[in-house]
Amino acid sequence: MNGSHEIAVEFKRVAKSFGAQRVLNDLSFHVEQGQALCILGRSGTGKSVTLKLTMALMCPDAGEIYVDRDNVVGMDTHRLSLVRKKLGYLFQDAALFDSLTLYENLALPLSRLTKKHRDEIDDIVRRLLRDVGLAAHGEKYPSALSGGMKKRAGLARALVLEPKIVLADEPSSGLDRITASEIDELLMLRKAEHNTALVIVTHDIHGVRRVADRVAVLDTGNLVAFGTVEEVSQSENSVARGLITE
Amino acid sequence: MRWLTRWLELVGKMGLFSLRVVIDSITPPFEVAQFSRQLAEVGNKSMALIVVSGFALGAVMTLHTRSTLVTFGATAMIPAVQAVSFFVEIGPLVAGLLLAGRVGSGIGAVLANMRATEQIDAIQSLSIDSFRFLIVPRVLACVVALPFLTLCMDFSGLFGGFLSESLSSHIAPTLYLNRAFDYLQWSNFVAPTLKTTVFGFIIGAISSYFGYTTNKGAQGVGEAATKSVVVSSLLIIIADVVLIKCIYFLFPDTAL
Repeated sequence: MNGSHEIAVEFKRVAKSFGAQRVLNDLSFHVEQGQALCILGRSGTGKSVTLKLTMALMCPDAGEIYVDRDNVVGMDTHRLSLVRKKLGYLFQDAALFDSLTLYENLALPLSRLTKKHRDEIDDIVRRLLRDVGLAAHGEKYPSALSGGMKKRAGLARALVLEPKIVLADEPSSGLDRITASEIDELLMLRKAEHNTALVIVTHDIHGVRRVADRVAVLDTGNLVAFGTVEEVSQSENSVARGLITE
Repeated sequence: MRWLTRWLELVGKMGLFSLRVVIDSITPPFEVAQFSRQLAEVGNKSMALIVVSGFALGAVMTLHTRSTLVTFGATAMIPAVQAVSFFVEIGPLVAGLLLAGRVGSGIGAVLANMRATEQIDAIQSLSIDSFRFLIVPRVLACVVALPFLTLCMDFSGLFGGFLSESLSSHIAPTLYLNRAFDYLQWSNFVAPTLKTTVFGFIIGAISSYFGYTTNKGAQGVGEAATKSVVVSSLLIIIADVVLIKCIYFLFPDTAL
């Protein structure tokens, strides 16, 4: 872990409900730059919601959410777009644009959000495709890719703007152990080389043990455990212990 | 009363959505590449449907008109009846309804699918304004394409009518055209053709609304497609009545 203590993401007393269902209740935690936080919890406990709140894709009912020291709650669209450039989001099902080829999926943010020349964009896209092992598939449409390939492509797109913080929603779900390990390796490499902060929602305990510097366990909207893997595995909360020692 | 509240809420939301489309259409940045792509999608890919439908409708209409007019010995009026019907009402309305079916359902389904598969969230997460990127180009493409598609329907209908009539009476093409346009002036056809820009806006905005705002996952895709077609078709018919009254009010000479 890097020695820096710069806070990348911070939640302060965040609450979120959908109708009568309270999904997050007074949630507070922070992730430092260069640190990997894995969020564990049973289905429907607000893990993905936490990521979407960080990206300001939805608004909390209460609380503050800081991304690189900027509170994104209630932020205007222009400033929000600047903050979002610091974030890369790997969606659960990759969420690749199915009307664009894989190459175009990666080139789109570069051509729209940077002033890079076409040749430079081409270099970046091809390098990223090579890094995720998809160099030969750039002209394919997402529908022609397997689940693992889509996930790697989604990760490449999340990294294309060289974000300071990467949010990954179940990066290993539906993948075999080897492919899941490859995704984890890519994330760790990113963290090591660029001091990137990682916030990963996952059910993959092997991945957690490999990647996480800190683990947060959510249960019924509450943060029931937070700490290193060892600390959480000795937690008094049975859900936290059960999830980490699964 | 609850249904009334929900209905009013829906109308209000659709109104605000449409207002945002208008504002984002006239303020930069403009999504030119997306607009071109959507124009090809809406215009080119609807052309065959419009032309074939217009041709068939023209041929059938002539057959029906002939059987009526022959009783009065007024078969010479067939080309004029055909032209007036198509350019003033049938062309704009049928083209609008066909486009609502083909393009409206497509827009609703595509956007709902993008919502269900988090593609819209992905666009937002890349700092791209999903509304400007997805909605505005689609609505503008419908607004621009529909008047041209309407003209295609008008002329294909006229051509279908001519073929049908020439089989019965061996009328010459020039005579048919002369008779067709005898009763039709520019003012009769410009306003009805331009009113299809409103139909295009209705199709684009309503279909986009149902697709963009759905949150029911895969089930929402079918629902959005169905609602897009039903509501935009209904609104096109209502708008047609209102617009005809407006056209007659603003341009009294166009009343035939």
